[in-house]
Amino acid sequence: MNEFVTNWLIPGAIMVGQSLLLLVVLLVVIAYVLLADRKIWAAVQMRRGPNVVGPFGLFQSFADLLKFILKEPVIPSSSNKVIFLLGPLVTVTVALAAWAVVPVADGWVISNINVGILYLLAVSSLGVYGIIMGGWASNSKYPLLSALRSAAQMVSYEVSIGFVIVTVLLCVGSLNLSDIVHAQETGLATKLGMPSMSFLNWYWLPLFPMFVVFFISALAETNRPPFDLAEAESELVAGFMVEYGSTPYMMYMLGEYVSIALMCSMTTILFMGGWLPPLDVVPFTWLPGVVWFILKAGLVFFMFAMVKAFVPRYRYDQLMRLGWKVFLPLSLFYVVLVAGVLQFAGWAP
Amino acid sequence: MILQSVFFYLFSAVLLISALMVIGARNPVHSVLFLILAFFNAAALFVLLGAEFLAMLLVVVYVGAVAVLFLFIVMMLDVDFVEMRAGFLQYMPIGLVVGVVLLAELLVAFGGWAVSPDLAANLGEPMPDIAQVSNIEAIGSLLYTKYIFYFQTAALILFVAMVGAIVLTLHHRTDVKRQKIERQVARTVENSIEIVEVETGSGI
Repeated sequence: MNEFVTNWLIPGAIMVGQSLLLLVVLLVVIAYVLLADRKIWAAVQMRRGPNVVGPFGLFQSFADLLKFILKEPVIPSSSNKVIFLLGPLVTVTVALAAWAVVPVADGWVISNINVGILYLLAVSSLGVYGIIMGGWASNSKYPLLSALRSAAQMVSYEVSIGFVIVTVLLCVGSLNLSDIVHAQETGLATKLGMPSMSFLNWYWLPLFPMFVVFFISALAETNRPPFDLAEAESELVAGFMVEYGSTPYMMYMLGEYVSIALMCSMTTILFMGGWLPPLDVVPFTWLPGVVWFILKAGLVFFMFAMVKAFVPRYRYDQLMRLGWKVFLPLSLFYVVLVAGVLQFAGWAP
Repeated sequence: MILQSVFFYLFSAVLLISALMVIGARNPVHSVLFLILAFFNAAALFVLLGAEFLAMLLVVVYVGAVAVLFLFIVMMLDVDFVEMRAGFLQYMPIGLVVGVVLLAELLVAFGGWAVSPDLAANLGEPMPDIAQVSNIEAIGSLLYTKYIFYFQTAALILFVAMVGAIVLTLHHRTDVKRQKIERQVARTVENSIEIVEVETGSGI
């Protein structure tokens, strides 16, 4: 019995505690990510944005949360009730589950598994089920159309995301997320003899085309504008969320923003050196890694928000053309190119 | 070890029940959702075995792509459930025969390993120690050295199948207007705009 406690109970309790801590921090961060999204959008359009609840509107997201959970959930009578409620649950669970493998600083990761990046790819590809289930179970025309659109869109862009990940993995030689960040400690800057310019070490520079492809595919994968065809309000009212209100709607929103934050973190880990400081000199190295991680992910999110603010929505056939006829050949070519260069230059890990 | 067996029985039970529900559910969309649950539990069993790479691959390929397309098609179909159930008794014997043959083959194959030590020695390369070589390295080094020919042949067959599917479904319709991006990009000011001096009141 004593062995059971030391071997299973205590590690289990530690893991639950870590997960809870990550969840709480993540959800608070998401509340401010949501606010930042609205504020940035407002600033681009020369509006004030939410500014009433709390100083500068800082508590707006919490007020929204209260509003959502206090409202009455309405379930359409002709819907498939179980799947109708399962849809938002799947979305939010899958989005949160992905965070188990994200290293926010050196060693700060709940589950440091060998196939981390593959796990992220697998879990982020499951997000589409929440949308399909919700869209189908609503038993209504707009949600079904939206579900079909978003299923096709997410499956298409996953292909190019997969190839981008393969190029990064070729350079790293490991699927472990912490190893990917550690591999970016040395690189171009070290080869050029400038070891303190560590931001030149990261993969965004040698793999710049893939960085751009990944960023745009991440926008499409999370249904962000300009690829928010799933909820194009001028065509589909609110897409798959037409029939949802109160808490189920909030769960869809939450899941969406959690996966956006996840994509920002993935960009940070794959291309921007994760928790590594941008310059390897004294004032920068004093800050703990998690600060750099959040700052970098925040920068990527700022780009997400700016794209939302000033790029008009794509037409659906243009979206498909971009995914299959532009990104897929480009990323496939880059995989071959990177593999060839690594092999013939002898840099393969 | 106890915890592992608890999880093994949990995942196996859910896997078997959801596999039964795939053929038992009245609504085809529910069937596909149960199929996805079955895939998931199979992946969990792979994780218990230490084959994490296969588990992730199962989720990425089958759950993330194949089952999405299944669901996609099933949602679009206008299935008449009464008609679908009508032939059930008629087709059941054939289905049973197929099932029994499959079960017998599996029993023969797995039973052979247990009974004959010669067969067990033929299992091929034994899996290297998980603690020393990661899953992906082990599979990769086998696939790209010993089985490279089979691997490439399989890839070629898949490629031919893909080309075949595209050829079967591709037909150019001439009666619809399409956007041709390369033509749009190739347009210049010279060949698209003409500036004319028009005298007042005369028209062009």
